[in-house]
Amino acid sequence: MHIAEGFLPPAHAIAWGVASAPFVVHGVRSLTREVREHPESTLLLGASGAFTFVLSALKLPSVTGSCSHPTGTGLGAILFRPPIMAVLGTITLLFQALLLAHGGLTTLGANVFSMAIVGPWAGYGVYRLLRRWDVPLMVTVFFGAFVADLSTYCVTSVQLALAFPDPSSGFLGALGKFGSIFAVTQIPLAVSEGLLTVIVMRLLVQSSKGELTRLGVLLTRSGEQKREAVAR
Amino acid sequence: MSRNAKINALLLLAVAALAVLPLVLGLGDHKEEPFAGADAEAETAITEIEPDYEPWFSPLYEPPSGEVESALFALQAALGAGVLAYYFGLRRGRRQGEQRATAASEAASVSRDIPEGD
Repeated sequence: MHIAEGFLPPAHAIAWGVASAPFVVHGVRSLTREVREHPESTLLLGASGAFTFVLSALKLPSVTGSCSHPTGTGLGAILFRPPIMAVLGTITLLFQALLLAHGGLTTLGANVFSMAIVGPWAGYGVYRLLRRWDVPLMVTVFFGAFVADLSTYCVTSVQLALAFPDPSSGFLGALGKFGSIFAVTQIPLAVSEGLLTVIVMRLLVQSSKGELTRLGVLLTRSGEQKREAVAR
Repeated sequence: MSRNAKINALLLLAVAALAVLPLVLGLGDHKEEPFAGADAEAETAITEIEPDYEPWFSPLYEPPSGEVESALFALQAALGAGVLAYYFGLRRGRRQGEQRATAASEAASVSRDIPEGD
């Protein structure tokens, strides 16, 4: 999903940067508030960022005969809500843009928009929806992470199709082209990401019950679940 | 192995299978460059759609070779894995410490022969 440095025309690069900036600023404020009010959550925040670091470094082979990588943003979005992931995802993308020449500074806005904003929000939305329907926790976590991963790559495809519409078949033709490169490749990887996120969540349920209860992931009574779902 | 550990191992196995199967089944054989990165393929697609497009900015730093690049990717994964391992190790240690402390205080209260409060 990394659009390479210089591969978006300046107008697009600026537009995506402008679109992403408020989310990242809002995320930084949520993050500082979270750390100030609950200093004990710093460790788990670090772990969520670390998960994104590991997963976005794992380039895995896929059924299309090419390689791509998961994003790891679903876990943090489920634990701390999406605004926090806007920050953690941006940090990961900056690291890769500056040290690995993977992605880039001019395309940072577009990459942040797909991986650190749309992905976490889409995954979180699916997670909340499934929870409201009383789907078991680990199933909701799987689909949350799956959707966060896949939607990121769909957004990248749209971004590239907007910037480079096909001369004959236009936007839709280009979308099909970029979609077959990104989105189809990503389906098995999104499954992998879902499974890995479930593993980490299972470990968290064993090791950090108190923290998960405070964050509203684990519930003490089913009645409270309903009230919290409404309150959030 | 506990039931929990078995389920986690099975999940990991499924992830490994998903990664290995495309290689074993030779799903990249139809390509000139099997299992190249999707990001690079997108760059090719862009130059196909718009042959005149020139990237207007280049990375400030580029790893000088594939080896250095893979080293930096490994570093990224290692940093993440290190923090995750630290988190789970710390949690486990704390839990064991708490269990030991409660066990010790229970033992102490029994040996002092204090009658049960409830």
